[in-house]
Amino acid sequence: MMQPGLYQILFISTALFFIGAYGFLTRRNLITMLMSVELILNSVNLNFIAFNKYLWPDRLDGLFFTIFIIAIAAAETSVAIAIIINLYRSHHSIDVENAEEMKY
Amino acid sequence: MSGSTIIFYMLAALTLVSGVMAVSTRQIFRAAVFVLFSLIGVAGLYFWMQYEFIAAVQIVVYVGGITVLIIFSIFLTQQAGEKMLMPKIGRKVFSALAAFCGFALIMLQLYQYTFASTTNLPIEPSVANIGTQMMGIKESGYSLPFEVVSILLLAALIGCIVIAMKPKPQTT
Amino acid sequence: MPNTTYIVLIPLLPLAGFLILGLFGRNYFKRSAGIIATVLLLVATILSIYTAYGYFFEYGKVNGIYEKLMPLKYTWLEFSQGVSIDMGILLDPISVMMLVLVTFISLMVHIYSLAYMKGEERFPIYYAFLGLFTFSMLGLVISSNIFQIYIFWELVGLSSFLLIGYYYDKPNAVAACKKAFIVTRFADLGFLIGILILSFYSGTLDFTTLIQRLTSPESTELKTAIASTFLGVSALSWGMVLVFIGGAGKSAMFPLHIWLPDAMEGPTPVSALIHAATMVVAGVFLVTRLFPIFALSTPTALNLVSYVGAASASIAAIIACTQTDIKRVLAYSTMSQIGYMMFALGVSKYGGENGLGYTASMFHLFTHAMFKALLFLGAGAVIHFIHSNEMKDMGGLRKYLPVTHITFLIACLAIAGVPPFAGFFSKEEILLAAYQHNTTIYWIALITSGLTAFYIFRLYFSIFWNKESHPHDEHHGEGGFAMMLPLVLLAIGATAAGFIPFGNFVSSDGHVLESKFHLEFSILPVAIGLTGIFIAMILYKKQNNKAERIAAALSFVYKAAYNKFYIDEIYLFITKKIIFNLIGRPAAWFDKNVVDGSVNMIANITLAISVKTKKVQSGKVQQYAIYFLMAAILIAVLFIYWWK
Repeated sequence: MMQPGLYQILFISTALFFIGAYGFLTRRNLITMLMSVELILNSVNLNFIAFNKYLWPDRLDGLFFTIFIIAIAAAETSVAIAIIINLYRSHHSIDVENAEEMKY
Repeated sequence: MSGSTIIFYMLAALTLVSGVMAVSTRQIFRAAVFVLFSLIGVAGLYFWMQYEFIAAVQIVVYVGGITVLIIFSIFLTQQAGEKMLMPKIGRKVFSALAAFCGFALIMLQLYQYTFASTTNLPIEPSVANIGTQMMGIKESGYSLPFEVVSILLLAALIGCIVIAMKPKPQTT
Repeated sequence: MPNTTYIVLIPLLPLAGFLILGLFGRNYFKRSAGIIATVLLLVATILSIYTAYGYFFEYGKVNGIYEKLMPLKYTWLEFSQGVSIDMGILLDPISVMMLVLVTFISLMVHIYSLAYMKGEERFPIYYAFLGLFTFSMLGLVISSNIFQIYIFWELVGLSSFLLIGYYYDKPNAVAACKKAFIVTRFADLGFLIGILILSFYSGTLDFTTLIQRLTSPESTELKTAIASTFLGVSALSWGMVLVFIGGAGKSAMFPLHIWLPDAMEGPTPVSALIHAATMVVAGVFLVTRLFPIFALSTPTALNLVSYVGAASASIAAIIACTQTDIKRVLAYSTMSQIGYMMFALGVSKYGGENGLGYTASMFHLFTHAMFKALLFLGAGAVIHFIHSNEMKDMGGLRKYLPVTHITFLIACLAIAGVPPFAGFFSKEEILLAAYQHNTTIYWIALITSGLTAFYIFRLYFSIFWNKESHPHDEHHGEGGFAMMLPLVLLAIGATAAGFIPFGNFVSSDGHVLESKFHLEFSILPVAIGLTGIFIAMILYKKQNNKAERIAAALSFVYKAAYNKFYIDEIYLFITKKIIFNLIGRPAAWFDKNVVDGSVNMIANITLAISVKTKKVQSGKVQQYAIYFLMAAILIAVLFIYWWK
């Protein structure tokens, strides 16, 4: 096994991204969809930090982006939960297949 | 085979396996816990890369805040106990195919590309450096995005409250 | 010089009457509509007589020839150099004569209708339509351009439609007005094609230029028109024959006559005006207008005109001998007399003595208008009294309607050709012209005049003598002053018009044609006329069954004549069984299934496609996400590997 470098971390982050994508597309539950989105965001954070460490060690831009993404993800999660609670109130279920009012 | 390599691979395994379990388990509470483990794995990877500050922020915000939030919402919608419905097999196959295709594509591109790194002196990602750099208004200062994110957080906060408010009872 | 303002006013006054009464009559002029229309028409009549006087005696005659004058000419639509539709006024002997005739007869009908149509619900509308008709007819006779005459031709047809269908709640009237319009419209298609052919070959639409280009021997247009043939007949002949078809439709010539008897469903004054004196002679007028071309360039077409006219005259006379509805008898009588006018034109040649037929035809048109209008108005008085059209309800009416009786008798004597009434002179000239040029037609005409005397006196005796009828209200009496005045005036016309030396005014080439009186020639027609009267007197003066016995003896012929020779049934058969089934039904099927079907098919395909594709918008977020991901991967692959 070689010394883990940039490529290995990128492998992990890509895999995590597509795992999150698979979860987003497959799950029938709104909350589990939200969890998959968190996985995706985390993979992006990992990507930023990896590039910052291996390609641009003299700057901290990737770090800052990561901080911002964490903050925004937190805000987004809370808004999403608020929406889910609202939807639960009107539909009495959090099955995403039931929320199809915007169809043809 | 140094210790850091082994640790790296263990952390990687933790992250990925927890992620796979999170998206495929049928009990919602277990999915939340697996997500928690996956996030811890990512924090561990930050520690391995010697970016302690981000790792700490990750644990505090993500693990301690967002996952707890998710668990609260599970309780609020009374879904903790039952087994969840599974999607159609076609959907699963299709999505897996799509995800795998995307993964393969990106991997292919990555391995063909040589990343050129800069030769400047590295900067230590300590908290002091992070603080001065972020609040600086010189070339790499990020104070403006900082303010913008603050406004966004404010908007999100207010929006959450408004959306999740109970509707006023109708006066009969 | 002609006073253009006065001449333009002549058709415009009735038009003003139409507009005012049509728009405001129902609300404001309910009772005074008749007076207004009559006054307008009185002014128009005075202006026409003034114009006629001026034309015939003051400025019309230049070097002994009556000139064609065009006081007004206005280019309306120019298609190409020289070919334009002008609106203009053409004054020549026939148009001036028609101006006087149309306004005078229309005035008589207006006055008569004051009493006849009194109390009608739609009294103003009636006068509005009469005004429209008078305007159209006057415009027709002074048209200077063949397209302008077509425009007024159609307007006349429209007015006839409106007036026949005046009682629009009677299904018979509605059917009759539709039939009249459709038959004449169908004939007008021939007219239009004829116009197009003539204007194509002569390069102009104006009458004087058209005639000059198609008759002068050295004109190139004439040579091309004759040289190009279609199915063996020269193009010019086709053009003239088609124009004649249009005229035959309007003048109820055989076989396009089927609308005229049914048109009697309209009010009787309307029948007097339109279907006796003015509209039905429009066809004769058209042939007269284009007479130089007929006579000089297409003698075959002129032959056709004469034979159609003779056939119509004789067939109509035979049918009229058997009809029992008095208005139908008069309708067939009209058809017969117009046949006379047509074949008189047909046997005529152009210029000098040979143009006698032309003058005779116009003379007969003039006198016929008088006595036929008189016959119709008299019949209207009888119908007004008896409230029925059938001869069997009438009889012995001479005691109750003395003025009507005398005027009706004068008209019958005129149409039978008894001297000194007007019909004698005009008919004698026609028979003379026929004798000089075509003896077959002469003999047909002679026999027909005998039949004419017979059927008209059959009518007269059945109404006023024969049996005693018992009318419902004895004190009804005559219709009143407004009904009697026109009868008297027309009777004076029917008596005196014969003495007008018509050849001094109207002739084929404009020169004066001396009318001579041939005593020995007139004996035969007068004798045949008197024989007809005598036979009618025997059969119908007293009530007897001699007529029924003769009818039974000739049962086959009688039955055919009574049923108008089944021509209506033949038309119905042709249209229903042949045209509808062979052409109409396949065309309808094609239209519904192929044309509509293809449009519907396009719509249905669009609908089916949309039903399939609308499922893309399912409202499910995850499906959208899958599409998004797939599309992103696809585009990425495309750009990385394929498009450099």
